[in-house]
Amino acid sequence: MYAIIKKEQLSEGVFRITVHAPLVAKKAKPGQFIILRVTEDGERIPLTVGGYDRERGTVSVMFQVAGATTKKLAALKEGDRLTDFVGPLGRPTEIEGIRRACVIGGGVGCAIAYPIAKALHEQGTDVTVIIGFRDTSRIILEDEFKSASTTLHILTDDGSNGNKGFVTAALGDLLTAGETYDDVIAIGPIMMMKAVAELTRPYNMKTTVSMNPIMIDGTGMCGGCRLTVGGQTKFACVDGPDFDGHLVDFDAAAKRNGMYRDSEKADYEHACRLLENTEVR
Amino acid sequence: MANMSLKKMPMPVRDPQLRATDFKEVALGYSEDDAIQEANRCLQCLHKPCVGGCPVGVPIPEFIACIQNHDFRQAYSTIKTANSLPAICGRVCPQENQCEKYCVRGVKGEPVGIGRLERFAADYQSKTLDELVGAVNEVEPSVIVERVIAELEKDHTKSFLNTINARVIQEIAADAVHQATETISESIKSRVDLKEDRPASRGHVAVVGSGPAGLTCAGELNSNGFTVTIFEAFHTPGGVLAYGIPEFRLPKSIVRQECDNLRQAGVVFTTNAVIGRTLTIDELLTSEGYDAVFVASGAGLPNFLEIPGESALGVYSANEFLTRVNLMKAYLKGADTPIYRPKRCVVIGGGNVAMDAARCAKRLGADVHIVYRRTMAELPARHEEVEHAEEEGIIFDMLRNPLEILTDENERVRGLLLQKMELGEIDGKGRRRPVPIEGATEEIECDCVIVAVGTSPNPLIASTTPGLETDRHGCVHVVDESTGATSKLGVFAGGDIATGAATVILAMGAGKAAASAIERYISEK
Ligand SMILES: Cc1cc2nc3c(=O)[nH]c(=O)nc-3n(C[C@H](O)[C@H](O)[C@H](O)COP(=O)(O)OP(=O)(O)OC[C@H]3O[C@@H](n4cnc5c(N)ncnc54)[C@H](O)[C@@H]3O)c2cc1C
Ligand SMILES: Cc1cc2nc3c(=O)[nH]c(=O)nc-3n(C[C@H](O)[C@H](O)[C@H](O)COP(=O)(O)OP(=O)(O)OC[C@H]3O[C@@H](n4cnc5c(N)ncnc54)[C@H](O)[C@@H]3O)c2cc1C
Ligand code: SF4
Ligand code: FES
Repeated sequence: MYAIIKKEQLSEGVFRITVHAPLVAKKAKPGQFIILRVTEDGERIPLTVGGYDRERGTVSVMFQVAGATTKKLAALKEGDRLTDFVGPLGRPTEIEGIRRACVIGGGVGCAIAYPIAKALHEQGTDVTVIIGFRDTSRIILEDEFKSASTTLHILTDDGSNGNKGFVTAALGDLLTAGETYDDVIAIGPIMMMKAVAELTRPYNMKTTVSMNPIMIDGTGMCGGCRLTVGGQTKFACVDGPDFDGHLVDFDAAAKRNGMYRDSEKADYEHACRLLENTEVR
Repeated sequence: MANMSLKKMPMPVRDPQLRATDFKEVALGYSEDDAIQEANRCLQCLHKPCVGGCPVGVPIPEFIACIQNHDFRQAYSTIKTANSLPAICGRVCPQENQCEKYCVRGVKGEPVGIGRLERFAADYQSKTLDELVGAVNEVEPSVIVERVIAELEKDHTKSFLNTINARVIQEIAADAVHQATETISESIKSRVDLKEDRPASRGHVAVVGSGPAGLTCAGELNSNGFTVTIFEAFHTPGGVLAYGIPEFRLPKSIVRQECDNLRQAGVVFTTNAVIGRTLTIDELLTSEGYDAVFVASGAGLPNFLEIPGESALGVYSANEFLTRVNLMKAYLKGADTPIYRPKRCVVIGGGNVAMDAARCAKRLGADVHIVYRRTMAELPARHEEVEHAEEEGIIFDMLRNPLEILTDENERVRGLLLQKMELGEIDGKGRRRPVPIEGATEEIECDCVIVAVGTSPNPLIASTTPGLETDRHGCVHVVDESTGATSKLGVFAGGDIATGAATVILAMGAGKAAASAIERYISEK
């Protein structure tokens, strides 16, 4: 059993929990993920490693309440235990040798982008961060990104933070202004990643995206996470989650993620009913 | 009394229509009478051809003789000398290609139902133990007192009975209960091989994977004085027995019981440990302090067909489908893990995996077709599974090869385009090769396709272990088959990871062989 050492709310429906998992903490690298189960017989859900403390043996993950399992996870308190917590899974993001990077995060994708920006910054990379949210109330990790970047652009869809626009527009401006990067790393909704890849394609600028298909085992034994990359079938959990954005078939990936939308909606409503009386801070 | 019937005692099974709607076990097992009658078909051949067909050499005529003599528990102990998982093997071994293939009775008529008898002995053992434990827990002191008085009355006169008071009787009763409890815990101990005063450990062994190969190797080494830890990637141990083979064929309570027995005997299970990620083999051998590693990680990587449409919604690998259904219990109402409940499902393949996937889909409410490129005669699945699948109404479309998965505008599966085949020349393996019939194709409508065309070893361990060689199929290369030794010192391998997808009993055999080799390796180190 894996105890929750700390729980923080980052914004409406977005949480960070720090979990005691010494074996995972020892090994985890930016870009990798874990799979957890909240309860016996619960679903296995993947979440990106948001941070780790090798000495204390803890790993933190950030998540958005999206459905039944994340809802149950959000209802847990410090001191509660997770049934399972396995990892680190997937390949770490390749950051070696990158001198200039542009890290782009959309919504809760920022939770996945932050550890990568941090690692790049720590190795001395010149990091431009562009993060976008729906409105001011949803901005997360502002201070963290500030200390993990050379330049930080925070945008909101509605302009409520005084900087209206989409991350793609911001990137477009930088590219037109002649900025160049060794790697543009984009993490967020599939259609955002696709748009970023389309922007960088004419510049032939290396673009890395982090794919989040539906997973079960996370070890390469089910093929449920398969994607088409450069015409080949790849398993996101072992070959990724990072892929060359110019090769990924985003449209097919978007469709596959909707596989269980109907039944999950029912599960979510069920969990909401179950948790009606539980306080979700 | 010899039973000269040409046919096996039929196996009692649940009604096909009823069972196709739930996940409860299909075959109910022999009664004591059935078992004795079937055992009496065995001729006790002196040359024991059946034993030669058993990969682990179960003393078959000997255990059957015990059943003939009504000594069912002895039958179980006899099997256990060679096979550590009889309740499982009795249910899933392809006996028709092993022991029963060589049975003398099979020359004219059906062979002796060796598998069914094995299952009977194992079930009898766990049933009688459960009953004994239950009996002791349930017995009321007053009932015992009555029994004691009845016993005394046999031997003593009324006048003597009048001289002993209730207290004495209670003491006798308490003593009897104590003795009964002792006997039971003794027999439980003997069953699980519980060693209370373990001598100092003879060494530390890490076993990677908790399928039949890993469980067998761990059990053997543990009994022989080694400290064993099993590392399992999933949250539940058992390997294919847990995630692949469905409840209706192998109840998960049996797998759980076998793992619990090992745990009680001292084997440590570390679940949620993906070797190659959480820890590497090299770390196990150095910083983690293990003297040897047994790699038994199976062949879990699903093969796909590489045909158009395979990434469509509604296309599953059998592994994914079965894992969702069996391990994640998606078939239960209200399960957290979702599964698509197809209306019309096509399963591609002809092995045990295809049968299991088809029968699970049936139980989720689908009309199910199995598409296979050869004929019924070549289906590699166990005969019994094919029979059961047919009884449950699964349709076999033979001599068909999928060309393309057809999709609708939302990328959902709407059908399958098939190439009709015929059997041609005999190939290298002595089977007639299926060849396409020019221009003969057909479409079949469906909303779900399950691909069950084999699995390969997962490359994760090999790719993270320098010095561990693999062959061209991705199997860990075993230098010496009788020991499981690999190209890397201190690392042994066996089961599907070394052979490619095979059988439970071969995996167990490999686990056992590796255990003795590891024992020698550590003692000579
Ligand atoms: C490698 C990887 C890393 C991830 N990292 C994070 C993270 O750091 N923080 C975070 O909040 N989320 C992350 N996700 C997404 C997260 O796993 C899903 O939000 C979660 O599984 C939803 O579970 P649920 O039961 O609460 O909701 P469900 O009811 O299962 O799903 C709710 C909605 O999310 C969609 N969905 C289901 N599974 C996934 C999935 N695997 N990815 C994306 N959408 C999905 C469903 O189609 C549905 O629309 C990651 C996913 C992957 C594959
Ligand atoms: C659906 C299905 C039905 C079958 N039916 C039959 C049948 O009726 N009769 C029969 O004889 N055979 C049958 N088989 C084949 C049989 O189950 C296998 O041959 C057998 O289980 C192989 O045993 P194993 O111990 O080598 O590996 P497995 O049983 O595959 O176990 C390997 C274990 O290792 C774990 N693992 C993998 N990688 C790692 C890692 N990196 N770190 C830690 N753990 C890891 C896996 O999670 C798994 O639990 C069937 C197989 C399937 C899939
Ligand atoms: S070959 Fe058949 S009849 Fe002969 S001993 Fe074996 S099981 Fe009995
Ligand atoms: S999640 Fe099963 S193969 Fe990737």
